[in-house]
Amino acid sequence: MSRQPHAQGALDADRAILAFDDVSMRYGRGPETLKDLSFSLAPGSFHFLTGASGAGKSSLLKLIYLAAKPSKGLMHLFGQDVSAIPVKEQPMLRRRIGVVFQEFRLLDHMTAFDNTALPLRIAGRKPDSYRQDVAELLAWVGLRSRMHAMPATLAGGEKQRLAIARAVVNRPDILLADEPTGNVDHEMGLRILRLFVELNRLGTTVLIATHDQDLVARSGKPVLHLEDGRLTALGPVGGAA
Amino acid sequence: MSDFDPGRWKPAPFLPEADARDGALTFVVATLCFLACLTALTVLATDRAARGWSDQLTGQATVIVRPKGAETPDSAAARAAEALSGVPGVGEVRALEKEKAQALVAPWLGDAADLDDLPVPRLVAVELDRKAPATAQALDRALKAQGLDAVVDDHSVWLKDIQHAAGFARWIGIGVFTLIAAAAGAVVAFATRAGLTARHEVVEVLHLAGAEDDFIARLFQVRFARMAAIAGLFGATGAAIMGAILRLMGGGQGLTPVLPVAWTDLLAVLPCPVAAGLVAAVAARLTAQGLIAKMT
Ligand SMILES: Nc1ncnc2c1ncn2[C@@H]1O[C@H](COP(=O)(O)OP(=O)(O)OP(=O)(O)O)[C@@H](O)[C@H]1O
Ligand SMILES: [Mg+2]
Repeated sequence: MSRQPHAQGALDADRAILAFDDVSMRYGRGPETLKDLSFSLAPGSFHFLTGASGAGKSSLLKLIYLAAKPSKGLMHLFGQDVSAIPVKEQPMLRRRIGVVFQEFRLLDHMTAFDNTALPLRIAGRKPDSYRQDVAELLAWVGLRSRMHAMPATLAGGEKQRLAIARAVVNRPDILLADEPTGNVDHEMGLRILRLFVELNRLGTTVLIATHDQDLVARSGKPVLHLEDGRLTALGPVGGAA
Repeated sequence: MSDFDPGRWKPAPFLPEADARDGALTFVVATLCFLACLTALTVLATDRAARGWSDQLTGQATVIVRPKGAETPDSAAARAAEALSGVPGVGEVRALEKEKAQALVAPWLGDAADLDDLPVPRLVAVELDRKAPATAQALDRALKAQGLDAVVDDHSVWLKDIQHAAGFARWIGIGVFTLIAAAAGAVVAFATRAGLTARHEVVEVLHLAGAEDDFIARLFQVRFARMAAIAGLFGATGAAIMGAILRLMGGGQGLTPVLPVAWTDLLAVLPCPVAAGLVAAVAARLTAQGLIAKMT
């Protein structure tokens, strides 16, 4: 398989946990939102995804969590050609991907505890096997006293932390986070970063879209930079991977 | 709320509870089901009424006998009755008494007239065999053979009109029922669609968290099928109560001659809740699948 020159360090599609080969994407009949992306992520890697507002960060994440299809190019996820994955098998892949949505997407009719437990229930786990873990996770993100609260009664930062708890509760193979520190203070931002690093250490591949340059610099993790739908930088920026 | 105990936590339902919106949908669905059931009852009753009228008419013929020459009306009527009873396909034959014949003309001639002086024609009522009724011509021939001056009326003119009217009424009834049933089905489908689209966020979150399409579709299918079935039950029950009231007011043999409702007719409302539930289930499934398909 041919590789774009700028994608140095790219792994073969079957060794990478995620590989894009000349992938473009558009909404409906609109212009291309993402253009000719080629890159790959090694299992267990940790990357930031940066770029101005409207550059296409959320769109790129959508492709990865299978909520959008490439209009062109080849995409491999867990070593499988995404276009060849039968619809029936997609739920199983989605369960291996945790997503912190930019707009949270919490279920308003469920408590914080229920929202967090959702991925575990969908995966068919028995409540007794996870109720303590869920409680601990919620305590860890600072929602110990809000477990029984409905999302509508949570502050923006609390919702964000709840969305994060839900995304990581199932120990996903890939964690995608879209502006996960947008609504929290500096202190909590660092705490969340530490949670991600911890998960990454346990084997989860992490990709975080963010505007928070400070967070990127502090982490010292490599950056994928999008500019108007094109990938302009790949690899460590300002620090070691 | 620090008194939350994870040890006692029980998973919440995947779908939000029914809210005011669902109440309005239930009401609309129940109303249309009520109308559809009521129409069904009306169609059945109309059909029964029409069959009743034509049954009464097919079984009978009337013969008007005019005495000729010196023969008394009574003897002419008696001879006619005898001649008629020999015809195949004829059951009981009854010459109506003078008083009855006179009573029939009384409204036109008035009580004052001395009817005894008038040569009032006599009527002979003929019961026909319902399976193989004698034709008017056969009756006519038998009377002619006896040299009687008589006119046979087998009600065929009336019968045709009534059968036409009854057939027409039945088709109108079936047409109206079909329209209302279709409208009820469409409302159930639209209501389901609206209710589900209002909760598209739930569909999306479950889908993205890795729930199988079928699992999601089933959640909504069960929810909306139950809602529509309950609404259908309300509508059907309402229509059945109306039918029962009609039946009770009509009394024994369907004395309301216009709409003779039978107790068994009330069974016709039974399929309504099931049909409403099925339509809602199918609509919910298709809508859920549509929402999911739109996401990728
Ligand atoms: N559902 C959609 N339909 C059509 N166009 C869309 C849709 N979502 C995003 N876009 C367009 O795609 C482009 C990239 O949007 P995207 O949300 O991926 O940017 P982003 O980098 O995440 O921005 P931000 O930092 O503000 O979140 C924008 O021009 C946006 O208008
Ligand atoms: Mg975005």
